[in-house]
Amino acid sequence: MRLLPMGQHAVLVEDVEDPAGWAASFRGIGISGIVDVVPAARTVLIVAEHDRAIASARALAPEVRAALAPPNASTEVVIEVVYDGPDLPNVADTTGLSADQVVELHTEAEYRVEFCGFAPGFAYLSGLPAQLRLPRRSTPRTRVPAGSVAIASEYAAVYPTESPGGWHLIGSTRAKMFDVDRDPPAMLTPGSTVRFVEA
Amino acid sequence: MIEIVDPGLMTTVQDRGRSGLASIGVPSSGSVDPALAAHCNRLVGNPDAAAVLETVGGLTLRATVAVVVASDVEPVARTLAPGQMLQVAPGGRQWHYVAIRGGVDVAPMLGSRSTDTLSGLGPSRPRAGDVLPVGAEPNARPVGETWPIRPRGGTVMITEGPRADWFTQDARDSLTRGEWTVSDASRVGVRFDGAPLRRTVERELPSEGLVRGAIQVPPDGAPIMMLADHPTTGGYPVIAVVAPDDVATVAQRRVGETLRFRR
Repeated sequence: MRLLPMGQHAVLVEDVEDPAGWAASFRGIGISGIVDVVPAARTVLIVAEHDRAIASARALAPEVRAALAPPNASTEVVIEVVYDGPDLPNVADTTGLSADQVVELHTEAEYRVEFCGFAPGFAYLSGLPAQLRLPRRSTPRTRVPAGSVAIASEYAAVYPTESPGGWHLIGSTRAKMFDVDRDPPAMLTPGSTVRFVEA
Repeated sequence: MIEIVDPGLMTTVQDRGRSGLASIGVPSSGSVDPALAAHCNRLVGNPDAAAVLETVGGLTLRATVAVVVASDVEPVARTLAPGQMLQVAPGGRQWHYVAIRGGVDVAPMLGSRSTDTLSGLGPSRPRAGDVLPVGAEPNARPVGETWPIRPRGGTVMITEGPRADWFTQDARDSLTRGEWTVSDASRVGVRFDGAPLRRTVERELPSEGLVRGAIQVPPDGAPIMMLADHPTTGGYPVIAVVAPDDVATVAQRRVGETLRFRR
């Protein structure tokens, strides 16, 4: 584990095996004055309110180990999907599978939220079967509808709101991925387990 | 209530923003220059965190009932009679603030009344003809005299960023060597023109968390300082980070103006 500088009130933690799990464990210490603990693909960003809090974070971070039991493991989220995405035929073509096989692979896998980013409630899900891993579309779409179920590279995701996007759209869901009147507003938070089922 | 007669180039409602939600992808947002917003709030007797109007200029508003207002352009509390207008012309600094006694009382979203121009969270940007509600009178009185706004220092302090070692020694030195010209300014970030910052590590960086003031360098070598509506994570290496107190100094430079970084 390495601590990298990120200004006066933050520190970037690198070389942790499981950023989502590590972030949950770090939060568990309950250092006062910590504003944000943000897991990402390989790192965890810790943001503090003041110098004292970031000093405590720096001192305690080396002692933190990712929890053995995956955080939020009990909260398995099941998302109902209609596999009607515009890119499904192309994904099938490129992977040499039938559309039904793509759906089967996508629904059989167990996913985990590694981190969120890009847009409020946009979760990067690991666990995508190797056969479905494709580079992003060469030309991103300027408008991807909210609820689009998508895959790209090693990740699966659901677009929570309408936005531009370069992932392959294989289906859609009516589940509300992000709702400001809900607590937490994001349906998928780092560490939670996710499954897709055909609606 | 106040009516927006003309929002100008861009006017939004801003307060302290929504913090603590970065791990679910929610940017912090909030005023670009929190100290200046607080200054205007204090003039009208508001708490520092009351929602204000933030504008790059060209804003005209009209009081529909008597309201007490103060702006950074005219830093004194004054009462607008019903029908009376207030204009904030662009100029001087990039971001201007108008505080209204009682605060702009639009509905909060996730604990904040700030409009996030990146994610779309918060109230929609006020348009011509919109009428904004004003909150209850605070207990504190408006300040009876003008409070001059202290000019900001010209120096912008930076510290090394997490990926400084991805850049050539020359790129790291050149940050503090010459002048940088602001080439683009928005609530998301401020971009600079200058000698392109070259990398030694060319591989792609997996996305990682960002802070306000972080200086990211995209492949074209032109640095961008993250501002209020910055995305929660980014995939370009951060070479340096601007000191929290100096972030607004950078943000208040207008396109074409220059600044220097110091270590």
